[in-house]
Amino acid sequence: MNQLPAMPRLNRRFRMQWEEAQQAHVLLYPEGMVRLNQSAGEILKRCDGATTVDDIVAQLERQFNTTGLRDDVLGLLAHAQDKDWIA
Amino acid sequence: MSIAPPYWLLAELTYRCPLHCAFCYNPLDYAAIRDELDTAGWIRVMREARAMGAVQLGFSGGEPLVRDDLEELVAEAHRLGFYTNLITSGIGLTEPRIAALKEAGLDHIQLSFQDSTREMNDFLSSTKTFDLKKKVAALIKKYDYPMVMNCVLHRHNLAHVDKIIDMALELEAEYLELANTQYYGWAKLNQQQLMPTLAQVREAEQVVQQYREKIGKRCKLLFVVPDYYEDRPKACMNGWGAVFLAVAPDGAALPCHNARSLPGMELPNVKDASVEWIWRESPAFNMFRGDAWMQEPCRSCPEKHIDFGGCRCQAAMLAGDARAADPVCSKSPQRERVDAIIFQAAHKPAPEVRTQPILFRTDANSRTLIAPMPAKVTSA
Repeated sequence: MNQLPAMPRLNRRFRMQWEEAQQAHVLLYPEGMVRLNQSAGEILKRCDGATTVDDIVAQLERQFNTTGLRDDVLGLLAHAQDKDWIA
Repeated sequence: MSIAPPYWLLAELTYRCPLHCAFCYNPLDYAAIRDELDTAGWIRVMREARAMGAVQLGFSGGEPLVRDDLEELVAEAHRLGFYTNLITSGIGLTEPRIAALKEAGLDHIQLSFQDSTREMNDFLSSTKTFDLKKKVAALIKKYDYPMVMNCVLHRHNLAHVDKIIDMALELEAEYLELANTQYYGWAKLNQQQLMPTLAQVREAEQVVQQYREKIGKRCKLLFVVPDYYEDRPKACMNGWGAVFLAVAPDGAALPCHNARSLPGMELPNVKDASVEWIWRESPAFNMFRGDAWMQEPCRSCPEKHIDFGGCRCQAAMLAGDARAADPVCSKSPQRERVDAIIFQAAHKPAPEVRTQPILFRTDANSRTLIAPMPAKVTSA
């Protein structure tokens, strides 16, 4: 497996948007769509190429008033990298 | 039963097309279907579908570039939040238009090729377009669109699948759809000419697999197996009235590309009704929704929620009953009809020996076909 980028960025070949009808964030690409669950949406939203993985974890822990999210975030980012959603 | 909203809106803007492909899925009598929706009509359809939750929007046809309001429609679709796909032969995609479409917010272009060589491309589309298409592919990359290349496969080009993949790589396509011909519309008319043998299909499948291993993520290769060579039917449209809504040039709303050909189907029209009513209430969109319409062997089949009984049009064409199991299924009592077509494909003369002319999709041929199916039709 490749190493995660220090500051992950959404692959510009995907467009992420909130879909009211689905009450979910989705990733759109040519003729296709990935429906994201809430945590995947919150993580990928922060993949702007300027935020470090540590900061993404810290922001989420602050927002959801919890700790120990690091493994979940790393797991999702590895999956996202494998799927080419982030680079 | 709760009805999920449509996800895919396919806007077939026009049946007019500069190509004359022998495997076109458009209706045989397309030349009789005029009275295209105007710009305001299309905008209303897009707004209503988007309000219901549709996300993906395909502009198709015919050749959508024939419409000079395409840029305006793309701009509105983009404002509405659709992911916009242009499905085109590339004919008419000049640099000013490709720049204007980018400006309007077009997300992606799917460019069709008929084969990897000029001769076959031009023969199968009955035009001289190959060099032009290569130029268009370069423009698509220059303007930074993701590009899906699409090539319809059949017995005349399956052996060139390696060359087709090489061409997609050379043109830097991100995806290559290798879609085996589905036998509807013009393709059904030319089935004897187009149907490959099982050996051809398996060989091409292997070549595709070898390329996948070699090229990795460089280009995603999609190989759609011709369903006659499977023993279970395709999950056509992911189920009737489940995700897919097409609107034909004249405003007819179609639950599948080929619904016009289904006997007894009264298609609703967006000129008379709202998209909401059409999707949720119209008899056409409810006709094969869910599983209450099914007969045996589908009704009691444990796989009925995997393939939804297959394709209704194929059932109508081959079993003579749109409610029957798709005869592709090995459980169908009519499977022998599919096997007979396969047998014929394997035992006909070599491809270069054409016993009957290919019937290209032309206005003249279409007008001939408006009349009840003629006994004899000659190629234009």
